[in-house]
Amino acid sequence: MNWLKRFFRRLWGQESSRSVAKSRLKMILIHDRADIPPGLLEEIKDEIIALIATKLTIDAQNVVVNLSSTKKQCRLVAEIPLETGSQQRQPASQQLVLIDPAQG
Amino acid sequence: MSAKVITVTSGKGGVGKTTITANLAIALALLGQRVVVIDADIGLRNLDVILGLENRIVYDLVDVVEGRCRLRQAMIKDKRVPELYLIPAAQTRDKTAVSPSDMVLICDQLREITDYVIIDSPAGIERGFRNAIAPADQVLIVTNPEIAAVRDADRIIGLLEADGKGPAKLIINRIKASMVSQGDMLSIDDILDVLAIDLIGVIPEDESILVASNRGSPVAMNGVNGTSASQAFRNIARRLLGDPVPFVELTPKSSLISRLKGWLANGQLKKERI
Repeated sequence: MNWLKRFFRRLWGQESSRSVAKSRLKMILIHDRADIPPGLLEEIKDEIIALIATKLTIDAQNVVVNLSSTKKQCRLVAEIPLETGSQQRQPASQQLVLIDPAQG
Repeated sequence: MSAKVITVTSGKGGVGKTTITANLAIALALLGQRVVVIDADIGLRNLDVILGLENRIVYDLVDVVEGRCRLRQAMIKDKRVPELYLIPAAQTRDKTAVSPSDMVLICDQLREITDYVIIDSPAGIERGFRNAIAPADQVLIVTNPEIAAVRDADRIIGLLEADGKGPAKLIINRIKASMVSQGDMLSIDDILDVLAIDLIGVIPEDESILVASNRGSPVAMNGVNGTSASQAFRNIARRLLGDPVPFVELTPKSSLISRLKGWLANGQLKKERI
């Protein structure tokens, strides 16, 4: 009755173990190929937060720093949500996206 | 005349290198090629057992390297097929007993007297792996449809590229079409998508492979009369010979009901290929 279980999982939008495996594999290989330990990204994230925070008010809790890759290229992507304080004017985009200039 | 040297490697252990080496060697020999297989896993010799030649070993690879016998004396002839010889590994020594340049030297001698030299690499990326790839003209990487094995295959691809040994070709072993179609196993295309190398063969999960290993008579011995696994080995051998054998669709034991289950569970009706 496994297939029935999976059918309902699919119905509730739960991913198959096959696609979980594939996306985990992709992340692992990005790190392996670039020789970047996952812990380093956490360090980079903290430093980016510290730097940006001197110039802008940001939502530090929701900063995400990740690697992504296309066929031949690996990029460092940082998503930094800005704090939309009452006195500040609403910016056009509420998110600052940094892309490593050497790669991107 | 000069033989082609093919090394079978994987990074991760237990994915089926030795079984594939044995079957590929037999398949090539049955296609009329003269083949020498070398077990490069010094200290953990296994290829002799899979081939059922363990009782005939007198000299081994290390004896050749250290000059205790001539190359010809260490070549055990498999009498079941026309031209197949095994050079076994030493069981009581370690990887450092052989160097990459020893392997190149031995293979250069073999190139003169045979059509194919197939080297069974040990797992890992250390000395034994270096020994195995040093003389290779072509490297075949074996992987399984599981994360750890694919990750290690990617590492091997990187090392081979850095060594100027590319492009390697991929063999995916132990795929179960039924699990893939139900969304519980990485598919051939998933693996090719992340590794980005050429596929040379797919071996389906098949109990007859273990049964054959138990008997010391690999499935490829059955030639054209064999199971889908023995057909898969034959297809790889033909592709190595330059024959563009199309990849055959590998369908799960397919009744209408099982396909319907696959569709409900996974939303697709995808076939795999060998």
